[in-house]
Order: sequence, then C-alpha cells, then structure tokens
Amino acid sequence: MNLFAEAFAWLTSEELANSSLPLGEAFGQHLYFSFVTVLIAALIAVPAGYLIGHTGKGREIAVGITGAARALPSFGLILLLVLVLGVTRSELGAFIAFVLLAIPSILAGAYAGVEAVDRRTVDAARAVGMTEWQILVKVEAPLGLPLLVGGLRSAVLQVVATVTLAGYVNLGGLGYYIIQGVPLGRFDQILGGAVLVIALALVLDGLFGLLARVVEPQGLASRTQRRRADPATAETTASA
Amino acid sequence: MIEFRSVSKQFPDGTKAVQGFDLTVPSHSTTVFVGSSGCGKTTLLRMVNRMVEPSAGQILIDGEDVAKTDAVQLRRRIGYVMQNSGLLPHRSVLDNITTVLRLNKTPKAEARERGLALMDTVGLDRALAKRYPSQLSGGQQQRVGVARGLAVEPNILLMDEPFGAVDPIVRTELQQELLRLQRDLGKTVVFVTHDIDEAFLLGDQIVILKKGGVIAQQGSPEEILANPADDFVADFVGANRGKRALSLKQVDGRTIVIDADGKAAGVLHEGAA
Ligand SMILES: Nc1ncnc2c1ncn2[C@@H]1O[C@H](COP(=O)(O)OP(=O)(O)O)[C@@H](O)[C@H]1O
Ligand SMILES: [Mg+2]
Repeated sequence: MNLFAEAFAWLTSEELANSSLPLGEAFGQHLYFSFVTVLIAALIAVPAGYLIGHTGKGREIAVGITGAARALPSFGLILLLVLVLGVTRSELGAFIAFVLLAIPSILAGAYAGVEAVDRRTVDAARAVGMTEWQILVKVEAPLGLPLLVGGLRSAVLQVVATVTLAGYVNLGGLGYYIIQGVPLGRFDQILGGAVLVIALALVLDGLFGLLARVVEPQGLASRTQRRRADPATAETTASA
Repeated sequence: MIEFRSVSKQFPDGTKAVQGFDLTVPSHSTTVFVGSSGCGKTTLLRMVNRMVEPSAGQILIDGEDVAKTDAVQLRRRIGYVMQNSGLLPHRSVLDNITTVLRLNKTPKAEARERGLALMDTVGLDRALAKRYPSQLSGGQQQRVGVARGLAVEPNILLMDEPFGAVDPIVRTELQQELLRLQRDLGKTVVFVTHDIDEAFLLGDQIVILKKGGVIAQQGSPEEILANPADDFVADFVGANRGKRALSLKQVDGRTIVIDADGKAAGVLHEGAA
C-alpha cells in the first residue's frame, strides 16, 4: 500500500514535471509508436486476412504463422532486431518487432471475420451478380467487421504493453520511466510508470469496446430488441 | 428459350450429378424440375446462370452459349430465388430488392421507386421497406427474394425450392401469388421442387428427374397423369394411390368421385374444364 502511495506521489511530483522526458511527451511517444505500429500491421494483415478468408486458400499457413508468432518472446525479438540492424537503426528495429507482434491478432480477426459470414449469403450475393470484389467489400467486410475490430483491439493492447520496451532501446515512451527506474532502485517510479501504461491500455480498451458496438452491422442485433423499438410496423402483413 | 445440350456435371470429388442432359425449356411458361433430393435439380438450375460450370455440353439462352458470356453480366439479367431467400442480413428489405439495380448504376431515387413498386407486386407492405431480413417472417423473406429476383426485369427466373422452408399455409399462399404473378408477367420460369403437388400446380411443363439428372418423363401434368412412362413415374406422381387414384360411383343419378381411401372427393361434371 505504501509503495502505491509513493508511486502516486511520484506521478504528481516536481521531479516528474522537470524530468528529462516530460510526461506529456512520453505519452505522445507511446501513442505514436502504438498507432503507427498498428496502422502498418493493419495495412499488411487486413488485405492478407481478407484474401485468405475470401478464397479459403492459405488458411493453414495463416493459422500456423499466427500461432507461432504469438509465442514469440517480444523482448527477445526487439533485442534481436536491434542487434541485427545495428544500434543506429534501433528505432527501425523496434518498429519492425512491434509490427511483427501486432500482425497475428489482426490477421486472425480479418480472416475469421470473413470466414464467419454464412456461405449461403455469399453464394446468394454471387448469384445475383456481384463481382468477387463487390462480395468482399459489400458483404464479407461489413459482416466481418466486429471480428476484425476484436483483432485490432487485442493488437492495440498488446502493442501498448510491448511499446513499453521501447525504453530499453532509448526510444522513450512510458517505458522510459520504468527502465530508468530499475538500475536506480526507484520502485515508486517503476510502479508509477506501470500504472500509466495500464491506464492507457484501459482507456484504449474502453474506446475499442465502444467501437465494437458501433460497427456491429444493423439487422443482426437481437430481434426482440428491434421489435420493441419498432412496434408500429411489427406484424403488419397478416399472414406471410 | 433455354436449351440444355448433352450437359454433364462431375464435381471435383467425382460425384456425377448430371449426365448427358438434353432439354429445351420454352419461353414465357413455367417448367418445373421435380425429383427427390440429390437427383441433380439444383446443379441443373445453377448451370443456367453459371454458378456451376458444366463439365461437358452446352447451355444456350435464345441461341447464345452461356459459357461465352460474362458470368457476372449473365447473372445480373437472370432472376434467382432460393430456399433460404439468401438475403443480405445487414441490408434493409428495400436495399436487398434494389441490390442489382444499384450494381447496374440505376439512380438511387429511381431504384427506390422500382423497389417499392416491386414490394406491391409481391404483396409486401411498404412499411416493411426499412426492416432487416431477420425482422421478417419466413414467408415475407421469400417474397423479398422474389421481388429481388424480379428487380432487373429479367426474362428468366430461376427458382430453387423457394417455398420449401415455409409452413404449408403460407406455402399455398405463395404458390397462388406466383401463379398470379406469372399470369401477368409471363416470364420464362424454371422452378425446382421435390414436391409433385407443387410441380403439378405451378408447371406448364413438368420434367421428372431420376438420380444423375436422368429425365424419367417430361410433359404437361395432364399428359403425365394420363400416361406415366413407367412404374417409377407412376409411383412418383402417386397415380395409383391417395388423392390421385380416383374412382367414380353413381349415387342418385349423379357421378361422385371417390379417392383411394373410399372418401368422397367431389362431383363429376361431364365436359367441365
Ligand atoms: N459442390 C458439390 N460438390 C460435390 N458434390 C456435389 C456438389 N453439389 C452437389 N453435389 C452432389 O451432386 C448431386 C446432385 O446435387 P443437387 O443438384 O444439389 O441435387 P438436388 O438439388 O436435386 O437435391 C448430389 O449427389 C450432391 O451430393
Ligand atoms: Mg437442391
């Protein structure tokens, strides 16, 4: 309990305010890293996932890759890439590592979303004369959106947590405080930094929770709910 | 006119669904493919709009080989109605009906007007236009499916057991509406069912199929009842039993029609119909 009090004291301290990395800047860096990472990962994983989901081809490979990638130790991957690319390009190395870690969840969300669409619906869309592209864009993508958003949500949470390690390669972010605190034995600072990361993750998770509701396609929500909202027209045609 | 010329279909897993099928489907009338489940009806129907490609043979629409047409364009000018309605669950009734019109770049207001008019045509209350398919009864969904099939004013309407999943009362109603519609519209309808009663009710021509898409007999309902080609057909149409094995009995100077159970089915009026 004492430690928590100290951590909160540190969060509001002069010391943090005058730190070489001000809190606002650390937040900004953290969000920037996370956002760019998820954006790049999505640009790769969403088209790939849609292609796999739509054609049904390459599914086994995708499942294998996502499974293996999820087991990758993030810290090891970052250090490895920084070593391989050299310390002067540590930012690039860290980015690549973050992106690689974010891809599996997004890939899985994208192809699972498309796969979850009833094949009869897709068949009907094709039978009335939609092109494959129109089927993907007008049917599979909107109906699969909730699962894609779910994948993005886990990717964001994972990235926000992993970007903390950017501090190790001198890239700043909220991890800076934690990593700087370790050799100094400053447990208040370490815990304070961790609390900030957790708070950021919770806020982002909340936002994605809202987003998940917004993208839920209309027409799929429970019937009773809609019937109640729309009593005037319910059962207007007698028998059919 | 749709011509099947020695059409065969073998699926990649080796199933021979259709073998050497020859048939001419006349325009502006209803042709019913009837046969038990798995005999190849759906496969035959889906080869017309190239949802299935034949392994051998040709299908011609008004003399044009469908294999030489663009599949997407072909499908957009053929109406297709299927059992589970196949509506897009995330689109409203009106948007479902006007899907193909919109794909063909019909202006929104015009598509909307046509969509609403089609709702009248198939007997759907316009108040349902903004509903989603999941908010409709099975019968209403099938009506939307028919309206969507009619939206592009196709010459050909393919219907694959469209009333198979609705309850018998609604089915009877939908069958009657289809008869009424067809009297007004005169489309070239190819209708698939496993129900011989439905076939006799709706079909101008009946094609009775055996496994592998083999034609057991084709002709008008009257021709088939009067002269079943073989025991298979006689058995399938029930010519020897139930409500179709009728006999006559003289009662008080009038001729009464009796069914196979010995129950009075009606009175015979000589020369009627
Ligand atoms: N895509 C497919 N792959 C393999 N076999 C199929 C496929 N579609 C249909 N079949 C088989 O072809 C035969 C005819 O099927 P179908 O045309 O659907 O019959 P019906 O519509 O008369 O019930 C059946 O034996 C069925 O199992
Ligand atoms: Mg079938």
